[in-house]
Amino acid sequence: MQFGGSGRESLILALRALLGEESVLTEKEELAPFECDGFSVYRKLPMAVLLPSTVEEVQGILRLCSDHGVPVVARGAGTGLSGGALPVSDGVLLSLSRFDRIIEIDPEQRIATVQPGVRNLAISEAAAPHGLYYAPDPSSQIACTIGGNVAENSGGVHCLKYGLTVHNLLALKIVTMEGELLEIGSAAPDSQGYDLLALMTGSEGLLGVIVEVTVKLLARPERAQVLLAAFDDVRHAAEAVGAVISAGIIPAGLEMMDNLAIRAAEDFAHAGYPVEAEAILLCELDGTNAEVSEHVMKVREVMQHAGATEVRTARDEKERLMFWKGRKSAFPAVGRISPDYYCMDGTIPRRNLPEVLERIASLSRKYGLRVANVFHAGDGNLHPLILFDANKEGELERTEAFGREILSLCIEMGGTITGEHGVGVEKLDSMCLQFTPAELAQFHSIKSAFDQRGLLNPGKAVPTLHRCAEFGAMHVHGGSLPHAHLERF
Amino acid sequence: MADIERALQERAKSAIDSGTPVAIIAGGTKSFLGNRVAAEPLHVAGHSGIVDYDPRELVITARCGTKLEEIEQVLAASGQMLAFEPPRFGEGATLGGAVACGISGPRRPYAGSVRDHVLGCRIINGRGEILSFGGKVMKNVAGFDVSRLMAGAFGTLGVLLEISLRVLPRPAASLTLVRECRDPVPYLCGLASKPIPVDAAAHVGGLCHIRLSGSIQAVSEAKNLLGGDMLDGHEAFWEDLREQRLAFFGSDVPLWRIASGPSAPMPNLQGAWVMDWGGSQRWLKSMAGEGEVRRAVEAIGGHATLFRGEGDAFHPLKGPLGMLHRKLKAAFDPKGIFNPGRLYPEF
Repeated sequence: MQFGGSGRESLILALRALLGEESVLTEKEELAPFECDGFSVYRKLPMAVLLPSTVEEVQGILRLCSDHGVPVVARGAGTGLSGGALPVSDGVLLSLSRFDRIIEIDPEQRIATVQPGVRNLAISEAAAPHGLYYAPDPSSQIACTIGGNVAENSGGVHCLKYGLTVHNLLALKIVTMEGELLEIGSAAPDSQGYDLLALMTGSEGLLGVIVEVTVKLLARPERAQVLLAAFDDVRHAAEAVGAVISAGIIPAGLEMMDNLAIRAAEDFAHAGYPVEAEAILLCELDGTNAEVSEHVMKVREVMQHAGATEVRTARDEKERLMFWKGRKSAFPAVGRISPDYYCMDGTIPRRNLPEVLERIASLSRKYGLRVANVFHAGDGNLHPLILFDANKEGELERTEAFGREILSLCIEMGGTITGEHGVGVEKLDSMCLQFTPAELAQFHSIKSAFDQRGLLNPGKAVPTLHRCAEFGAMHVHGGSLPHAHLERF
Repeated sequence: MADIERALQERAKSAIDSGTPVAIIAGGTKSFLGNRVAAEPLHVAGHSGIVDYDPRELVITARCGTKLEEIEQVLAASGQMLAFEPPRFGEGATLGGAVACGISGPRRPYAGSVRDHVLGCRIINGRGEILSFGGKVMKNVAGFDVSRLMAGAFGTLGVLLEISLRVLPRPAASLTLVRECRDPVPYLCGLASKPIPVDAAAHVGGLCHIRLSGSIQAVSEAKNLLGGDMLDGHEAFWEDLREQRLAFFGSDVPLWRIASGPSAPMPNLQGAWVMDWGGSQRWLKSMAGEGEVRRAVEAIGGHATLFRGEGDAFHPLKGPLGMLHRKLKAAFDPKGIFNPGRLYPEF
């Protein structure tokens, strides 16, 4: 649908009357900073960028856009990695950056009520004086906003023990495409009716615009300790992960890096990683002082039994933070050893980790592109980083094809094409592999129940059946890809 | 243990084709919950059996008719458990029923609810199609979260065929402390703000019951810190609370479940009280009228379910939420075949 000429002019005028001149950006140089999110392969300029400050203004914007049949894309900090906040050229970009107020920290009920533009880390900082914190900690937590976290159901390194955003959310206020304000959930558990809170979480801006978020706060554990275990065989490291879980311990975080990632991170962060190791595991344990001591001993034993060549416990808080610094800077570190890198995000059942690693290594040889592997090993969430050079002709396309093969491998192994980064525009084709046409149609009918004309974040998260037909993808059924030996592009 | 998926699909299809509503029933132990459904029964208990369980994955997948008892036994043999402690309310309670009804036991505020543990499901929707959502992994954000939407939907959105759940290790140690408690709300809230391994907290008969679970060291330390008397046979106490077998639950007086913020004041209602979930789930035995209960509960920011008794079971949906529910119901079950009226009379 093209929307131009007088319709566009009258909408912009109405938006200016609603928000004021300075909150409606239309000049090319003003729009440019919003042309992409953290997935910068795709860029587009919207018709206008809107900067509302109140819920009433958001309602007004959605009513106007609804009346004019104009698409709306909501955006938080724009740190998303799948293009979920990519503008559409005949639509408006609704920035929630001015919704940056912490409304209330209630230490008694252990909840925080905040506006969607509040940064993830700012919630924990505000709760800290009460000995409380907000558990989900995506790696972008300094910059990413809670509204975006809800839209993507963000995870982080502590999900295995403390869950994803959906497990830490109590209530939302959303505005529908018609401009109606809905209150979903409350401090009272298990709200009446359908679990709309679960449905909204991870809906990638397709169902409503989030204007207020209430989250659960947890008491900060008395102590956290981290163990670093080195392995001379990736397979042993993968097996150690299952062994820790089997020992009845749920670590607060359990991360794995392969040799290329270890070297890159060590060069960058000087975390003291053993650069000769084929793989390292970082295992964080938290709880009461006594509990942590007990578990550290047990995990050390399990790691050694699983064939670790070395097990280190952080000597002090400084070293613990250094161990983490290496892991948390793995992405930028890999960015230094290659002109570009492409971060994948699939999840597999943990038991298939060794096989998946071998298959990724063989795909790496096939495409002639290096891969550094960083995982949230505890929950089977893989982040293979494909190293490439966008300036070399055809290399981006080859990288994308490689990435799609990794995702279809994840499905084949009984996993999923996205653990925490979302589908956005990036993984639309892979959605055709994971879901049948009937399942995709069910998603579309859910979307219509909220937004009948499909104006909220169109073209994201759920592919049209037409697109899947054109992509020519065959749904992977029961873990077996038809003609698995054939190449797919 | 049997796979009768095809037969169930045929049965559902013929109900859809003829426009005849069905009442989905497995063990039938929770039929008292929610509103009555006047429709032909669709029996799903025969679709049973554990499909996949690998303790190292912390995931179990089972068919809807699998008995909770069987699942919990299998998990216990590997030192694991369903952390949300699903109430059974009788012999033959199934996994499908537990998920559809969306109710959780005493550990819920500390370990999460049923829906928090749901990872994936297979359903028959109101078009007679068999669909799979979610999966068998902890982290999965592909597509809308239909599996968690199924929890607590009382079968109104489709027939649950198979469910994958996250499981957790059983704690190495567990004990319960009892102490007199005149004013339980501030005491229970104070506990939850501290880093101590509480995994159940209730107030019954003037006594606060605090269950501590975790590593042997952690539990022993917390016990010394909190003080109070240790409850003998404490597992039976929590089971009786969960299964509503305590004397409190015995009479024919209507039973209300009141959910609120943990520190919300007691609603101004006459009756007998039991408090669970550290204060956020309160049971009320009262002859007060439905309107009076709901108004008083709304005043404290909560919602009330008539758990046992005659009347509308669930708290009415406010404003545009009612319309959205009807649209969602239609998105899954356009002809209104599955469990009509069980959740709300309008759908």
